[in-house]
Amino acid sequence: MGKRIVLGAVAILLVIAAAYASFYVAPEERTMGVLQRIFYFHVASAWAGMDAFLLCFIANLLYVWKRDQKYDWLGVSSAEVGLVLTTVVLITGPIWAKPAWGIYWTWDARLTSTFVLWLLYVSYLLLRTLIEEPERRALLSALFGIFAFIDVPLVFFSIRWWRTQHPAPVIMGGPGSGLDPTMNKVFLFSVLAMHVLAAFLIVERYMLEKMRSEVDTLRREAEAQ
Amino acid sequence: MKNLNSVFEAYLIGWGVFFLFYVSIAKRTSDLRAEVERLKNALPRGK
Repeated sequence: MGKRIVLGAVAILLVIAAAYASFYVAPEERTMGVLQRIFYFHVASAWAGMDAFLLCFIANLLYVWKRDQKYDWLGVSSAEVGLVLTTVVLITGPIWAKPAWGIYWTWDARLTSTFVLWLLYVSYLLLRTLIEEPERRALLSALFGIFAFIDVPLVFFSIRWWRTQHPAPVIMGGPGSGLDPTMNKVFLFSVLAMHVLAAFLIVERYMLEKMRSEVDTLRREAEAQ
Repeated sequence: MKNLNSVFEAYLIGWGVFFLFYVSIAKRTSDLRAEVERLKNALPRGK
């Protein structure tokens, strides 16, 4: 419990420091001005969300292989946190898009594949509510989670493979891409802060799932008597 | 400063979503803790 409190406090401090750096340390971008500061929050959330889905994918594979319920708990925890982070991406993106593009939304490759990703993980969580038997629920949702992860590389590469409304990548975008060195430091710090926050939320959600399993066991014992 | 409202809106809504998610975890944990206590007391062995 003590370690979880420390992790939570570190996550909050890092997120506050990242917001401060985004507003007061990073220089103002020439064309978009202050609006570009959404980038540090929006892209950091997107990267942490994709990494949460990667963790879910690994946990799903490990569950299918080893059938240990700990991997099921980790899978559902990281899927839920990934979904929350992707929700933040889908909210902050249109807030940025309206003043920048003049529209909140367009069905381009990056936006559509991200929305599909969100729907896939909503389906993953809904699927779990439909199956009563714990082992069957864990196996079917792990198989669905492995399938759902296919969309993550599609989201990542969509702005590299197709030129549409969403800007081309400024990080790992090849020749001609890149950020001002101070912007880059602030961005990497924001990514770190969002990953620590995601780790904290995954740990908290994991403990909840562990307790839910304990309740299921106690219920079965109570019913058997 | 032009578009500063949009920047604040994005950060506040984003933090709001994280906060609400954390509150939902805390609420579900508290409900389950109460259920564990209830079930433990209901079992004759007092597990």
